[in-house]
Amino acid sequence: MMNDLDQLEAQSIYIFREAFNRLDKIAMLWSIGKDSNVMLWLARKAFFGHVPFPVLHVDTSYKIPEMIEFRDKVAKEWKLPLIIGQNKVALAAGMHPDQGRVTCCSALKTEGLKALLAEHGFTGVIAGIRRDEEGTRAKERVFSPRNDTNEWDVRDQPPEFWDQFKTDFAPGTHLRIHPLLAWTELDVWRYIAREGIPVVDLYFAKNGRRYRSLGCAPCTGSIASTASTVDEIVEELETTKTSERAGRAQDKESEDAFERLRAAGYM
Amino acid sequence: MSNTPLKIVVVGHVDHGKSTLVGRLLHETGALPEGKVEYLKEVCDKRGMPFEWAFVMDALQAERDQGITIDTSQLRFHTGNRPVLIIDAPGHKEFLKNMITGAASAEAAVLVIDAHEGVQEQSRRHGYLLHLLGLTQIAVAVNKMDLVDWSQARFQEVEAEIRAYLAGIGVVPTHVVPVSARGGDNINAASEKSAWYQGPSVIGALDGFAAAASATDLALRLPVQDVYKFDSRRIISGRIESGRIKVGDRLTFSPSGKSARVASIEGWAGSDITVLSANAGQSVGVTLDEPIFVERGQVAHLADAAPALAHEIRARVFWLGRDPLALGDRLKLKLATAEYHVEVAAIERVIDVEDLGSHQGAQVGRNAVAELVLRSRGAMAFDTFGDNARLGRFVLVHGYDIVGGGIVGDALDNRNIFQVDHKVTAEARARANGHKGGVLWLTGLSGAGKSTIAMELERRLFQKGWQVNVLDGDNVRHGLCSDLGFSHEDRTENIRRVGEIGHLFAKAGMLVITAFISPYRADRDRVRAIDAEAFHEIHVATGLDECERRDPKGLYKKARKGEIADFTGISAPYEAPENPELALITDGKSVEETVTELVAYVEARFGRNAVESMTA
Repeated sequence: MMNDLDQLEAQSIYIFREAFNRLDKIAMLWSIGKDSNVMLWLARKAFFGHVPFPVLHVDTSYKIPEMIEFRDKVAKEWKLPLIIGQNKVALAAGMHPDQGRVTCCSALKTEGLKALLAEHGFTGVIAGIRRDEEGTRAKERVFSPRNDTNEWDVRDQPPEFWDQFKTDFAPGTHLRIHPLLAWTELDVWRYIAREGIPVVDLYFAKNGRRYRSLGCAPCTGSIASTASTVDEIVEELETTKTSERAGRAQDKESEDAFERLRAAGYM
Repeated sequence: MSNTPLKIVVVGHVDHGKSTLVGRLLHETGALPEGKVEYLKEVCDKRGMPFEWAFVMDALQAERDQGITIDTSQLRFHTGNRPVLIIDAPGHKEFLKNMITGAASAEAAVLVIDAHEGVQEQSRRHGYLLHLLGLTQIAVAVNKMDLVDWSQARFQEVEAEIRAYLAGIGVVPTHVVPVSARGGDNINAASEKSAWYQGPSVIGALDGFAAAASATDLALRLPVQDVYKFDSRRIISGRIESGRIKVGDRLTFSPSGKSARVASIEGWAGSDITVLSANAGQSVGVTLDEPIFVERGQVAHLADAAPALAHEIRARVFWLGRDPLALGDRLKLKLATAEYHVEVAAIERVIDVEDLGSHQGAQVGRNAVAELVLRSRGAMAFDTFGDNARLGRFVLVHGYDIVGGGIVGDALDNRNIFQVDHKVTAEARARANGHKGGVLWLTGLSGAGKSTIAMELERRLFQKGWQVNVLDGDNVRHGLCSDLGFSHEDRTENIRRVGEIGHLFAKAGMLVITAFISPYRADRDRVRAIDAEAFHEIHVATGLDECERRDPKGLYKKARKGEIADFTGISAPYEAPENPELALITDGKSVEETVTELVAYVEARFGRNAVESMTA
């Protein structure tokens, strides 16, 4: 009998294999957070120990240093085909969250990603977003088209049913592929516990605080917590009533801040 | 017991309160994060409107601005007895594609009907589509009971109306519950406002639904998703849609009919557990004991429980395309991992979901349901929806878009194609001719010299008394393949036809020489698979530089200028053979020398000695 994690795993593997078979040039985003580590793990399962496409990291330069250390260590251990992108022009011009968090996110993450996609001509980008994170992500498709300027037309998404995904698209456009869409934060941690997947230490409580969601240092807050192991995190999440992105400042600038970020090409 | 959430979709006519009900359910069961209700109060205050439960799910600005759900979304909660994944679906007919996106994955449904308005167009359409999608567990929530003063008489009217409609499509609702989503009545507990109602609350109705039955007890269906050669293993990957598989099983692949045994079920490098069997739902990879040709789209099964094979199916289709579907339209049909090119051969009836009547029609409008006959170029492997839903449903694609979905009623033409055994054996033919039949498949770039070599080889062999004939790329396009263009799909079909004809000639004892660029490895592998014994792949391996220097037809010049699109070697790929039977290096050699080399090869493989060894 397959349990819920087995089912999620099998479905995610199916999605990975569809993307790999149907699209010419795909890559996977790696934010170094727990979700993208789970994705890496699933990719290695889907392709029998191989990751047959590049792993992209969009480096905003404001990531917490431990994250970069972790990235380089894991990339080496798992022999990942890692490509690092950065919006150097915006950084040279002094882009910083002080200029507005949404503005900064758009410039460093969205534009940084766009440049990377254009440079390599990827037609599919695998991203680790989940429905339970946020209301507009709850409306996403597993295979989600982006137009030639990377925009998401949230008002007219393609039908998607019976695991028949949209894999035909006009030249110049691309697809975002979301293998973790059906997972919840708790599923991710239970799976990390079951499989023994490595994650950055920042997730574990020190002196009564831990990071629940990882982003850039200036915009990501820690939460009060005593959970210092994966099992304790699972236990904490089973009872918590606060949302995961509560510590993410860029979501809160206005009612539609996140929708606008995503429509413009954010993950 | 199970952590797997039951998937429930909430459907119904626009503005009957689906999202409000979902928001309420989440709130009543404590599923909303801390501060969510306060946050939404703030949002509603800013908009100068009363508190709106629907905003929990309606996260998009356009949805909040217009007060309607545009796209489907889903959230998990716990009823206290079981985890549930609740799927909110839009009710506006403009967004039917999104309703289907939400509903197709559900195991049960709640149909919401406004007590005041009663059963409306989309109530019926959604009810009908749920049934078509295979959902049989439907509960009805008669909402906004507060607007009809909790009138039992009005409730009974609406209940009778919806029961009558659902009975027409063979559905009996599990419960019909009077509710007020806005007021929170009969959501999680019995409300005193409906003392006359004895049934369960909405949560109670959800608890009464049964989880979908496992597909493990059905016949094995493993549609091939991909074939991997990352390392020394050749792994056939796919998800087991139904049944189970174990090491040692003899699998047959339809439609090709090839078969081999499962040598192993593969794990991955990070695991050293030996897997001996796998069940429905698992994404697996297997290796086979024989190197048979297998490709994406084929369905692996056991010999004694095969799927149907047919070129024509009758199907019930819901059409989502902007333009109407018409007789003769050509579409791509995606069923499991296979893709077939089909034509609408008949529109048998268009179903009026309002009164369930049917009428004749030459076309099917947007959001309508119809019974069609679809005809495919190649044989399709499938089950009827009733036998095995996962292999009995498909989507239709036009251009870049999914424009409809359907379920297979039955196969129209099983065509009863059987292999007929010839009385004249291949050996007898070979003895009479003095050589074996076969297909010499010349592949290479444009200008590589394929046609020149083929024609000269034909002349030399004919002079020796051989039964020999050339099938040339340009020539077949005047007749056999005059309906085909140069798209990838048409090139594939072109090669398929030439391959089939070539093998028929070969069976008749003739040596067939073909001269086609045939740039795609998979296309050539498919021709090889028809009869691997008879097929000899000859790579005319003239390099691109040399071909371009020769440029006998001036085509490279045009391609470089961008005047010819998809030109092999310039703007379209050429996938060179990995293990050809023979590679001819023509650079610096005359046609004479090259053909002499080829004649020697042909005589060794197809000549007298080869004929003698047929009996050995």
